[in-house]
Amino acid sequence: MALLSKSSKAAVSDPLMSNNPISLQVLGICSALAVTTKLDIAFVMTLAVIAVLCISNTVISLLRKMIPSKVRIIVQLSVIASMVILTDLILQAYMYDISKQLTVFVSLIITNCIIMGRAEAFAMQNGPWKSFLDGLGNGLGYGIILIVVAFFRELLGSGTVYGYKVVPEALYAAGYENMGLMVLSPGAFIILGLIVWAQRILGNVEEE
Amino acid sequence: MHSNRYTIIFTMLLTMVLAFALSSVYSSLEDQTERNIQADIKKNILSSLGFTPNANMPWTTENVETIFKNSITSIVVNESGDIVSGMLPEDIDPKVDKNVYPLYKKITNGKVDGFAIPISGKGLWGTMYGYFAIEPDGATAKGITFYKHIETPGLGAEVDKPWFQENYKGKKFVDENGLLIGIQTVKGKVDESSDEAYHQVDGISGATITSRGLNKFLLKDLEIYNPYLIQIRKSFNS
Repeated sequence: MALLSKSSKAAVSDPLMSNNPISLQVLGICSALAVTTKLDIAFVMTLAVIAVLCISNTVISLLRKMIPSKVRIIVQLSVIASMVILTDLILQAYMYDISKQLTVFVSLIITNCIIMGRAEAFAMQNGPWKSFLDGLGNGLGYGIILIVVAFFRELLGSGTVYGYKVVPEALYAAGYENMGLMVLSPGAFIILGLIVWAQRILGNVEEE
Repeated sequence: MHSNRYTIIFTMLLTMVLAFALSSVYSSLEDQTERNIQADIKKNILSSLGFTPNANMPWTTENVETIFKNSITSIVVNESGDIVSGMLPEDIDPKVDKNVYPLYKKITNGKVDGFAIPISGKGLWGTMYGYFAIEPDGATAKGITFYKHIETPGLGAEVDKPWFQENYKGKKFVDENGLLIGIQTVKGKVDESSDEAYHQVDGISGATITSRGLNKFLLKDLEIYNPYLIQIRKSFNS
């Protein structure tokens, strides 16, 4: 495909596994802890982050030759902040219930290091199409981890998957209890830690 | 390197463009958002009064408005329990109108089938907001819901859960002498053989402060409406 050259493909696929923003660069942890108690919330958060990341990367890349370097961080931040507020407004108007559960964490996308990081490290040096793909890749990479963490937290902490009961009543009757730890932040830390560990072992990641 | 003049003009232009984009999106979505907020409040009033969404009538913003219009009569009462005529809950301006309180009556086939009152007060991390519904006798709990709180998930946030809310149904908040006593959560399960069981509900383990707060503000809010509820109890028993 002409649209996706080798380097463009790498822009999307690298952040998914070998250079994942959460599990390898350990960025964006705060929101990964906060919005992963339930799958549906994690899913909407993922979409919101992907949307903000793609748009802000594209806009910043389009402006990159015009942005005065003295104030570039402020300029990036105002673009990102505007996109985040936009996303929040749209969620409140069309997905009110979910936006209520996400509360402040949508606004906190502004301070998500992944977004600032990609704007500064990638969009300022690359063209809009590649920056868009980079945004998509990093958003997906963030989302995958979020969804994996949320899957385990919801399953172990609430006995449900995407809101559907999966742990049979019989098991509860036999004395099984939901793991309260999983719905609290330490649960996310533990799962995240296990994912980071597993990925480093399986992927033979070299620590520099 | 760009000149200072360029930098200033660039940032001014960018800010203006972004501000304009945001404010136009905000004003075009404002009405929809406001409707969602109102519908959400109505949803809570309805569910405290025992309405549930079903497959034929999912709780979309439109449906909630319809159900509310057909089944709920909103009134305002004052501190001595009298109905303030010509006033609706949405007319209450907290800055101007002191000592008037909204009350929602559920009407089924022309008869009063319950009352819902707003409740709010401090939990562990912040203020909790919800509705408390009362049976037509003016003394029995019909339901309780919360629509806004920041309690700990898995602990205090269990107040959201059906098991906890079901707990309240049928409990009395008035003792045999007609005095208001509220409904108290207890540690662990309610001892059904106890004399006090009629105004006690199962507590949430690990959420002592949330429960204590809830007990306190539920009683406080019931006290506000008690003059009105006394009249209801009188006319219900006669």
